[in-house]
Amino acid sequence: MGKINERTRDLGHFLEMADDDIIICRCEEVTKGEIRRAVHEGMFTLQEVRKFLRTGMGLCQGQTCGKLVKGIIARELNISPNELESSTGRAPMRPVEMQVMANERKEG
Amino acid sequence: MENHADIIIIGSGVMGNAAAYYLAKEGKSVIVLEKGDHIGDGGSTRNGGGVRQSGRHPAELPLAMYSVQNLWPGLSEELGVDVEYYQEGNLRLGKTKQHLDILRGLTERSKELGLDVKMIDGDVARSINPYLSDEVIGASWCPTDGHANPLLVTLAYYKKARELGVRFITGEEVTEIRKVKGKAQKVITENNIYDGDKIILAAGLESRKIAQTVGVDVPMNPVLLEVLVTEPQPEMFYQMLGTAEADFYGHQSNHGSFVFGGTSGLDAFAIKDDSKPTMSITAPAICRGIIKYFPNLKELKIIRTWSGYIDDCADHIPVISHVDEVPGLIIACAFSGHGFGISPIVGILLSEMAMDKETTLDVSPFRYNRFKAKIQ
Repeated sequence: MGKINERTRDLGHFLEMADDDIIICRCEEVTKGEIRRAVHEGMFTLQEVRKFLRTGMGLCQGQTCGKLVKGIIARELNISPNELESSTGRAPMRPVEMQVMANERKEG
Repeated sequence: MENHADIIIIGSGVMGNAAAYYLAKEGKSVIVLEKGDHIGDGGSTRNGGGVRQSGRHPAELPLAMYSVQNLWPGLSEELGVDVEYYQEGNLRLGKTKQHLDILRGLTERSKELGLDVKMIDGDVARSINPYLSDEVIGASWCPTDGHANPLLVTLAYYKKARELGVRFITGEEVTEIRKVKGKAQKVITENNIYDGDKIILAAGLESRKIAQTVGVDVPMNPVLLEVLVTEPQPEMFYQMLGTAEADFYGHQSNHGSFVFGGTSGLDAFAIKDDSKPTMSITAPAICRGIIKYFPNLKELKIIRTWSGYIDDCADHIPVISHVDEVPGLIIACAFSGHGFGISPIVGILLSEMAMDKETTLDVSPFRYNRFKAKIQ
């Protein structure tokens, strides 16, 4: 936190790539091209791309595609993937039925 | 790069981004300063997405009604992003006589102010939403309420404002507003000084300590609210839902997943932490609430839970105000957990205030200096 990030910097023209149609986030069916375009539209962090396109918001919560998405964003911004913060993991780590979660009290 | 703009906005939440967009549309130069690394990482992208007029405080109702009548229906087109606005009505549900008394009170107050909202019995509620449990004996029904996707609204205002030339800077924490010749003009951060003819302070809870640097205090507290999201389902219903007891609220989203928010009752006492943790008791409590009203959803899987702090004002309505002692400063905070639904009109009002224009709606109920000790 705390690194100044100017959002109007010039990333050059958006150029389509031959593999833009490949699906990166399988749960939510988001393609490489969509992620690249979102970066050009100002989504400069994993969290922003996630909120804008739903990458990593599906059943696996980004456990499959998190690194791939990070790599694509970093390349588009011309920075190291290490400069990007991973998305926050949240409970439950695996999908849990509502009736199971509702019954967390021992006496239930 | 030059650090001067016509207007400096502190906070890239939905209010700050909306104000930035409406100002840029009028040709003003704008710089938005955001403390966090991400755009709109506070309550703006952590709420349940309600676009609701029913149940509003009378002072807020005109803002909600104006937004629903004039702004929400065209917002996707205006911003060039589908913000998933659904206008399928709001059911506020009751299971006991006491619940119905609460709902009747809310309904009467809103009706007097011209809102189309009425009480319906359990069977009529079930004809609107066939998944409701038989325990529901009545509800208030406002057919023009709805919901939208708060993540997309916040980022769509950002995207559009950025396209119009607004300069957004994240990771830039404001420490002070400084007056020059009696007028708010400089915004100081750890590394830079920005200079604007007008300053809009829309930083949620963080607004408090920034406003204090020019001697203004807004009485608000952080209260933790939690939201959960389920796996997607085929379309079941698109109404916005709430309950008389306010034990949970939510809707089915465009994506098919259900988004439900709620409370445990101990939320005001959560340990305050920057990582915004969820409490282990809250999601189970929300699930119990949902299952009582929607037994069919009990096998639905929860995918994720998250939380956010609301900036709960002493009187639970926001501050949207010029400041007499600090000309040039406009404060917009303390939305108390129901700011999202009125964010488009608040963006317009803030832009009008920053351009010294007459405001579309009266903002006098939201004055910064309305808070008084109980004995005068």
